[in-house]
Amino acid sequence: MDARNADSIGGRAPASPLLAVDGVTLQYKTREHLVTATWRVGFEVLKGDRFVLLGPSGCGKSTLLKGVGGFLQPVEGSIVLAGRKVDRPGPDRMMVFQEFDQLLPWKTVRQNVLFPMLASGRCGRAEAEERARSYIEKVNLAKFAHVYPHMLSGGMKQRVAIARAMAMEPDILLMDEPFAALDALTRRKMQDELLRLWDDVRFTMLFVTHSIEEALIVGSRILVLTPHPGQVRAEIDTTHLGFGSREGEAFQALHRRIHDMLFSQRVEEEERLVQHG
Amino acid sequence: MAEPRHAPRADAPAARSDFEVAPKDAGVIGDVARPLGTWERIANLTWFRRLVILAALALLWEINARWMNSPLLLPSFGEVMRAWFESLTRGALVDRTLTSIGVLLQGYAAGLFLAAVLTTLAVSTRVGADLLSTLTAMFNPLPAIALLPLALLWFGLGPRSLVFVIIHSVLWAVALNTHTGFMAVSETLRMAGQNYGLRGVRYVMKILIPAAFPSILAGMKIGWAFAWRTLIAAEMVFGVSSRAGGLGWFIYEHRQQMDTAFVFAGLLTVIVIGLLVESVIFRTIETRTVRRWGMQR
Repeated sequence: MDARNADSIGGRAPASPLLAVDGVTLQYKTREHLVTATWRVGFEVLKGDRFVLLGPSGCGKSTLLKGVGGFLQPVEGSIVLAGRKVDRPGPDRMMVFQEFDQLLPWKTVRQNVLFPMLASGRCGRAEAEERARSYIEKVNLAKFAHVYPHMLSGGMKQRVAIARAMAMEPDILLMDEPFAALDALTRRKMQDELLRLWDDVRFTMLFVTHSIEEALIVGSRILVLTPHPGQVRAEIDTTHLGFGSREGEAFQALHRRIHDMLFSQRVEEEERLVQHG
Repeated sequence: MAEPRHAPRADAPAARSDFEVAPKDAGVIGDVARPLGTWERIANLTWFRRLVILAALALLWEINARWMNSPLLLPSFGEVMRAWFESLTRGALVDRTLTSIGVLLQGYAAGLFLAAVLTTLAVSTRVGADLLSTLTAMFNPLPAIALLPLALLWFGLGPRSLVFVIIHSVLWAVALNTHTGFMAVSETLRMAGQNYGLRGVRYVMKILIPAAFPSILAGMKIGWAFAWRTLIAAEMVFGVSSRAGGLGWFIYEHRQQMDTAFVFAGLLTVIVIGLLVESVIFRTIETRTVRRWGMQR
């Protein structure tokens, strides 16, 4: 994006990653089991990347995102963001969740966007107000600034959540299937809107999805994960598809390639299970 | 497609042609929103409907009392109103009520405070959670009045015994509800709060309490009702020990003097205060918070 600027920060090479995930194994406990969600996963996100974690359910992509969010400690490997080791949740990584109830119901749209900026002490009152106004405008909700979340539709709630996260101007935006609970038409609109926002602000994001199509539309780089436990299957650059493209020969070809990658793996696995059984 | 995959069957629905229509102006049926009639609007007022019910009950009472014609057993509505007015203006009712409310507020406030301490402990440590659930399971079913003899033994004949039993009746109901409310706060909201870097007391104050507010409010309402009942009952057992007795004592005293109309006046006072607190104080809190936030209808 801005090579000169990147150079000036501690004289690092322009390509030094913003987020470095290295050999990360994540486990969580249920009541009866210790589940290994990801096993030795590594990837690097550069500034300005639209980095997508793609995989079927059970591949640990959401868990991986929670690890980057600091909600979960890796049992092995390291997660380093802008030179600092991630060890707890913090306002330098803002998370947008899939669930609509992530907004605080006791605050209006404007207060919801203001709250993290003030609570984390990220900026003063006046600047927070200004940022809130500008980002609420960016997601086209200026008319709803004084409305409580329960009066908004699902798509609008997600836009508030995105505005709230972006207004913090975090190092990286973590998106956990933010459009998965929306209807197909709204989802399409939101994908376009997100890309427009990116084009405008050029933030860095880590986006989790299980839809190959969404990954191809939204992402500039895709990490394909396979399940049980989650491992890296491939990393694919999609910038050649054209910004925000939804069709075309290359799009279809890549869609098929990823589909085969995930699908063939699953067949092999089922065969293995059958043999063992 | 070269050939249809399914041959048309005799019972297949008949083929129909497509069509498109442009939307018409619905003006023919009038305005989309038409104001309701005056009566319909009046009937939509909750307080008006309730007032009608109260008036009907008062009328039934009056008719019944006149028919029974026994002021000792059931004084008429008019007599009770006269007795009420008299004791409010010249009698001891105001003093008695103020004494009761004073004791009540002390007990209620102390109960809420202790409930806050217990639930904060319970959400922050596992031992605290175990402690709360064990204590609640033990003491919640225990009627506060049953503790009165012990309270008299420990604290003597005085408001302190009353405050003690009120605390007992408030604490467990509020703590139980608050804790249930905290437990029900969604994982997403919790993670959102942690994401902003909130921890400890700030996290409880800014995320957990507002998110659990419907349950907390319900607990406060139940606690209020328990406290009020316990107080009146305790005062009747307790009599007039300290300088001034409360409302319960007022009722008890007049029963002994066979002033049934004054007994009713005392009971009415209890009811009216209960109604006022419920429909003015708690209702206002509700409309300004949980209803406005869409957390409760």
